[in-house]
Order: sequence, then C-alpha cells, then structure tokens
Amino acid sequence: MIDRITYCMSEDSTNDELAAQVMRVIAATHHIPVESISIDSTFEQLKIDSLDGINIVFALESEFKISIPDDAMQNLRSIQDTVTGVRELLAKRDEAGSPA
Amino acid sequence: MGAVCALGNTVEECWVKLSQGVPAIEPLRNPGNPPYKFQQGAVAYNYHGLDHFSEKELGMIERFAQFAAVAAREAVAQSGLNFHSKLKEKTAIITGTSVGGQFAEEEGYIRLYRENNPRIAPLTIPRTMSNAGASRISLEFGIVGPTYTISTACSSSSHAVGQAFWMVRSGAVTAAIAGGSEAVFAEGLLRAWEAMRVVSVDTCRPFSIGRRGLILGEGGAMLVMENWEHALARGARILGEIRGFGMSSDAHHLTQPTHEGPHRAMRLALDDAGLAPEDVDYINAHGTGTPVNDSTETEAIYGLFKEHARKLLVTSSKSMHGHTLGAAGALEAVVSLLALRHGLVPPTANFVGHDPACALDVVPNQARHVPIQVAMSNSFAFGGLNAVVVLSHAS
Repeated sequence: MIDRITYCMSEDSTNDELAAQVMRVIAATHHIPVESISIDSTFEQLKIDSLDGINIVFALESEFKISIPDDAMQNLRSIQDTVTGVRELLAKRDEAGSPA
Repeated sequence: MGAVCALGNTVEECWVKLSQGVPAIEPLRNPGNPPYKFQQGAVAYNYHGLDHFSEKELGMIERFAQFAAVAAREAVAQSGLNFHSKLKEKTAIITGTSVGGQFAEEEGYIRLYRENNPRIAPLTIPRTMSNAGASRISLEFGIVGPTYTISTACSSSSHAVGQAFWMVRSGAVTAAIAGGSEAVFAEGLLRAWEAMRVVSVDTCRPFSIGRRGLILGEGGAMLVMENWEHALARGARILGEIRGFGMSSDAHHLTQPTHEGPHRAMRLALDDAGLAPEDVDYINAHGTGTPVNDSTETEAIYGLFKEHARKLLVTSSKSMHGHTLGAAGALEAVVSLLALRHGLVPPTANFVGHDPACALDVVPNQARHVPIQVAMSNSFAFGGLNAVVVLSHAS
C-alpha cells in the first residue's frame, strides 16, 4: 500500500495520505473514531498514555513494515510527530532497499 | 460477596442453580482439534466481557482478571463501603490465581513458535501477570493499601481469603477485598490438564461410586471483609463472620494427597477460630471428584472429627460449578456463606451411589434445608498445599 502511494503521488499528497493512514491505524488501535483525530492532535488530547503508545507503535510497525526504535517511541507526543517519524523511517527503508 | 462462574454472573444467579442442584457442566463448544479426551466443562458461556468493559479495556485485561474485577464490583457494591481517602490506605486487596493470564501467553507462543514471528503483542506482559486482577481492582476503587496475589494452585484464593482475614483481625488493615479468579479454557492449558489424566471423561461425581475425575471450571469470587467495629459503626449489613483460618503443607508429593496435611489444616483453622470439631455442621469439601482426593479427604475428616464426621454434611459444589482452580477457595467460601445464610445446603450433584471409602453424608443430588451454625471450606492444592477457612453467622 505504502509503495503504491510513494510512487504514484506527489510529495504533498503522499504526506496527506500517509497522515491519513497513520490516523486510521491510531483510531483503530485506540478504539476511537478517526474523525476525532487531526494532524494537530496531541496524544494528551487523545488520551493516549504510554501503554496505549506501545500498542500504537506495534500497529504502525506492522502496517508500514518498519521498525520504530524504543527511544524514538518515547519522543512521540502528537500525530504530527508520529507522521514525521514514520515518513523518515519509510525513507530510510527505501534508501536501504530493505526494512528500516 | 461477588461471584461469576458457569452457574451465573452474580451471586444471586449462582445461588438459584446451587440451591436447585443444577450443574453448569456441559459439552465444550470448542472440542479441540484433535478433540480433547474430555469434552465437558463448566464454562461461563453467559459471561460477556463487553457487558462489563469497553472494547479497549478488553484488549488490556485478560479473562481471569475480568472475573476478579466483576466479582469485586459486586462484592463492594453489596458491602456499601465508601472508600474515602483514609480507608483507601487501610484496605487490602489479596487475590488468588493458579496460572494468571494464559490467553495472551498462548497467543504469543502461537506467533513465535507456530508462525515463526518474533513480534509478540505489546501488552502480553501486563495481560499475563498473575496480579492483573488485584491491580485492576486497586485501580477501579483507588485502593492504595497492601495489594498482592497469591498463587498456590487450587488453594490460591483460600490462602488469599485467609491472609486477608488475618490482616483485618490483626488490625493491619480496616477492610479487605479478597478472593480469586481463573480462566482455564485456553488450549495449551487444556492440553496440559489432559496430560495429567485427572479430568473426567463424563462428569464430576464427588464422593460417588463411578467418579472419574474433576471437571474444569472458570470464574471469580470475592469477599469484602471489614473490621467488626468499623462495620457496626457504619450500620453495615453483615453477611457472616470468618472465624478461623488454617494452612499446612504435606511435604509428601507433588500430586498425591495425604490425609495428614488436610487434617492439620482443618485442625489449625478450628484452633484459630476457638471452636471444637463438634461445633462444625457443614463442610464444603475440596471434593474434586478424583478417586484419590475424595477418599483421602474423607480419611482426613474422620481423622479430625471422629464420630462427629457421621453427623456432618459434607458436599462438593464443584459438582455444579466445576473445579475453578485458583478461584475455587473463594467461590466455595461464598457457597458456604450462602448455605449458612439460607439454612440450605446445596447438594453434591451427579451422585450415583455410595462409595464405602467416602462414608459421609454428602447430601446427594437434592439440596437440604437444615440450620447451620458453623461451616468449613476446604482447599487442597497440587503441591500439597492446604488451606481451610471457617465461617459462621455474624455473632
């Protein structure tokens, strides 16, 4: 899914789609409506605590076939942080030609 | 009191079936592949997690811990206790469970060993931990006093109840929520029980001829205990009194019981209560339905009670709710308390005939109306660990 997006869309629309995909994963994992999440939402606003965080990171790893380092996870505070982090890891993965 | 098991989702629902002698043992809806050698179980099929927890919570809290929390909610609501800030510090929570959260562990092993996938679900540790039930209760009620879990196989929740009783009696705490829970119907665990060859291939017939073993059950039960003066001062409806607790170890064999260890635990419980054997009217026996347990327990009862053993009513409610392992002691203490309060002894169900090795009045198949002053609840675990609780009316 992410490969198709990366190669078929412009950078901005790719980012929009990536953000939407991250929000869908978070909504499903956290059992909240996706409409309640925006790119500006913080984890605090969404009542995502540290335990929820490890579930979300696990789901994001599965969805995007990436590996999120433990210390990076501890710095995630918002949807924007998460989208940025996932995008960087996807870029690294693509550069390396293998999972990041 | 609070209880959830195959008999029902509340104490009242359980009592309806107990008092009518209606077992909740039925064919397993998941027979296993290949089928388990045993096909009967006391599964809480009418329990639905979503009735009690949100979908998100269910992903974080295992079935055994759900049972603990649901039983605790019922017990606390019935007690009428209001946990103000000082009482929160002076309340203990002690739970018992034999194996804790098996489902998360087994899901992890399936991924790891069957699917060769090393990515284990993130909440496997907090879901699996045996203290998950105690912690959940603590979180729900904001109780910050001594909170821990005892794991002594089938005696776990008797030890929990007994320890909590001693803490309240000693003044270490003002109140306690104590009991246990177990959720055994996970495939790996069922295969392990199958390998032990102690599960009956028909049903559970404690003390009866033709008994072929135990029937596994699941559920949870909790008791709220409170300092006597504290309960009186707030006008609590006191359901009964825990009078004594005794425990012992056989130091004999991992699975073969002795009569000496249970005898000592029963005697110590009576000593602790300041009662004589002749004071006891009713024993809710460990009564698993295995050939060895029931005859050995009978021998232990005769060893302690002598001629009075012939006058005792000795039943096994496991014949109706199955062997709930770590929940058994607390669930059977609840049954004992109900028998005291109602003056009605639930029967030993599925009884087909007297075994000379179990020459006791086991109240076969039909409940009996009889006033009871003192009841004893026995729990004897694999590993030779024995725990006995003595209860009476509030005096």
